[in-house]
Amino acid sequence: MSLTDRSADTDTLVEWSPDPDVKSHRSRMRLIDLIDESVLGISVKPSRLILTIMGTVVGIAALVATLGLGQTAAGQITQRFDAAAATRIVVQPNNPAGAQEQGVGVSLPWDAADRVLRINGVAAAGTYSKVDTGPDKVSGVSLNDPSGANLLDIPVIAASPGLMDAESGIVTDGRFFDAGHNERGDRVVVLGARAAVKLAINRVDSRPSIFIGETAFAVIGIFDDVVRRDDLLDSVVIPNHTAELIFGLQAPQELDIRTAVGAAQQVGIQAPTAVSPNRPESIKANVPPAPGKLGGNVIGDVNALFLAFGAVALVVGGLGIANVTLLSVMERTGEIGLRRALGARRRHIAGQFLLESMITGLVGGLIGATLGVAAVVGVSATRDWTPILDLQIALLAPILGSVIGLLAGAYPAIKAATIEPITALRRAG
Amino acid sequence: MTPDETATPDETATPDETFTPEDTATPDDTADTAQCPVVELVDVHRSFPGPPEVHAVRGVHLRIEKGEYISIIGPSGSGKSTLLHLLGLLDRPTAGQYLLDGMDVAQMSEGRRSGMRGGRIGFVFQAFHLLSSRSVLDNVMLAMVYQHVARKERRIRATEALERVGLAARLDFSPSSLSGGERQRVAIARALVARPSLLLADEPTGNLDQTNAIGVMDLFDDLHRSGITIAVITHDEQVSARAQRRVRITDGELVSE
Repeated sequence: MSLTDRSADTDTLVEWSPDPDVKSHRSRMRLIDLIDESVLGISVKPSRLILTIMGTVVGIAALVATLGLGQTAAGQITQRFDAAAATRIVVQPNNPAGAQEQGVGVSLPWDAADRVLRINGVAAAGTYSKVDTGPDKVSGVSLNDPSGANLLDIPVIAASPGLMDAESGIVTDGRFFDAGHNERGDRVVVLGARAAVKLAINRVDSRPSIFIGETAFAVIGIFDDVVRRDDLLDSVVIPNHTAELIFGLQAPQELDIRTAVGAAQQVGIQAPTAVSPNRPESIKANVPPAPGKLGGNVIGDVNALFLAFGAVALVVGGLGIANVTLLSVMERTGEIGLRRALGARRRHIAGQFLLESMITGLVGGLIGATLGVAAVVGVSATRDWTPILDLQIALLAPILGSVIGLLAGAYPAIKAATIEPITALRRAG
Repeated sequence: MTPDETATPDETATPDETFTPEDTATPDDTADTAQCPVVELVDVHRSFPGPPEVHAVRGVHLRIEKGEYISIIGPSGSGKSTLLHLLGLLDRPTAGQYLLDGMDVAQMSEGRRSGMRGGRIGFVFQAFHLLSSRSVLDNVMLAMVYQHVARKERRIRATEALERVGLAARLDFSPSSLSGGERQRVAIARALVARPSLLLADEPTGNLDQTNAIGVMDLFDDLHRSGITIAVITHDEQVSARAQRRVRITDGELVSE
């Protein structure tokens, strides 16, 4: 461009000569300037900005909190499920109905618990068998009274020594029987907490006894807090071998396994082979469903209402932004005219208002997401839950706010761009 | 009116548009502007479609040479505002030629007219049009936002311009804390900061008291002496009298005095 070299004219003109290289370019605006102008534009009236973003804040907060609490609650269910059940396996003979009675079915070996303990991932194992005591009933005293007033209908369970550990039970007094008691067939019994109450036994240091039929058993312990087999608390538990000797127990009926966290699936596959290497198909292992299969559907329905509320709040928020941006365009006609006179193109004006409403939406989205996360954390804290929130939701929320702002700003921006500088500049301001 | 410019939202997506070679490759650019007048209006007409059709400017011929200080005086309704808008590239003539620095701006695209307007015309308005939420310095720097001026340089240039109008001590003030005369000086600094070819003032003293008005007119004299081309449009004989050359507009026609 050989436009102007006015410095040649007179010395006084040097300072004010136009820059010859740039003066016939189109106007242009750097993105950073556009952002600058937009941020300054909305920060002129902070109180109005706060009112403007309120709808977006409420909407985004409702969405984030609903989704977050849904995930937290679902996670909570999975967690309890994991802790209580996901490490428990029950192994049973896989007999067709009636096979056992006909004597053709398979049964668990007496050392089933020891066998599965060799599997990596098994934390504890013990057998559980209901003992058929025939006419003999459990009683706290020797059976002298033919009227049967002291007879209690308390089930008798035969167990291997590992059952208590497999059930995560707590022995509150005394001890559980061990392998020695079992091998010797000792007449010892451990009481479930509720059975102990029925038998009026609350401590074992006085060496109490109970009777099953006419056979006396020494009470060596009382336990409580089993995790799954709640019926154990109503039962008296005797060693397997004792049950075999006295009541003719044929074989253990079920084998309870507690696995390390996450090992249940694998142990479930291996346990039948360990228990019955020759006929693994004859043994059935009841494995809990894999984590994550639960929970997903549980919360869904509850959320729909809150999500709808959040969506409505967002629409209202968007309309709010549109309204205020339009108002701001009307108020700032003078400024728009001035900017046009300073070389701004229509697209620069439109861009500024579009960006202003987008930033407004972004701010609303950020605050809303923050409040939503805070609500999830707060509710979780009061319920002793572990707050769970998909990071994507926290990140998408401000983006959603920006998009709403952008949409809301479209009409006001077009309005602003069509304002004629002539009319705008005539107004005072 | 600028009917040929369309503003669509997607257009705004790329505000930082790149410079294309066609922008400079017009024949006008080859004109040696060192010898051509800043403004040359040749038989310019501007009429507004009716009914009734208003012929606001009829057959105006006007040359403003470099460094000239001209006043255009006329009562309201004389076509004076229309002429101002035409000169300031805020409006296009319905007929005739307008050469600004030797370039035919009447036929230019609106994008380039915006560039010319921001770069070569410095506006001074009766109502000042300062942004009250920004400091004096920021108001002046605003004039370079739409120009190809580096951000660092804007501050330097704006400070220079404010020094030139005698407001070096007011850089961080809010316009609302200034007197009317000071505000108009800020506006003049803003008009000068882009180093325009033409300082175009529309009733610059209209909102000022006598003392402030004289101060502003004195500043115009100073600027004129330093070589700036000034066109003042006014209805005020006193303001008009300060100019080197006076032109009267009546019923859309220009008469030299």
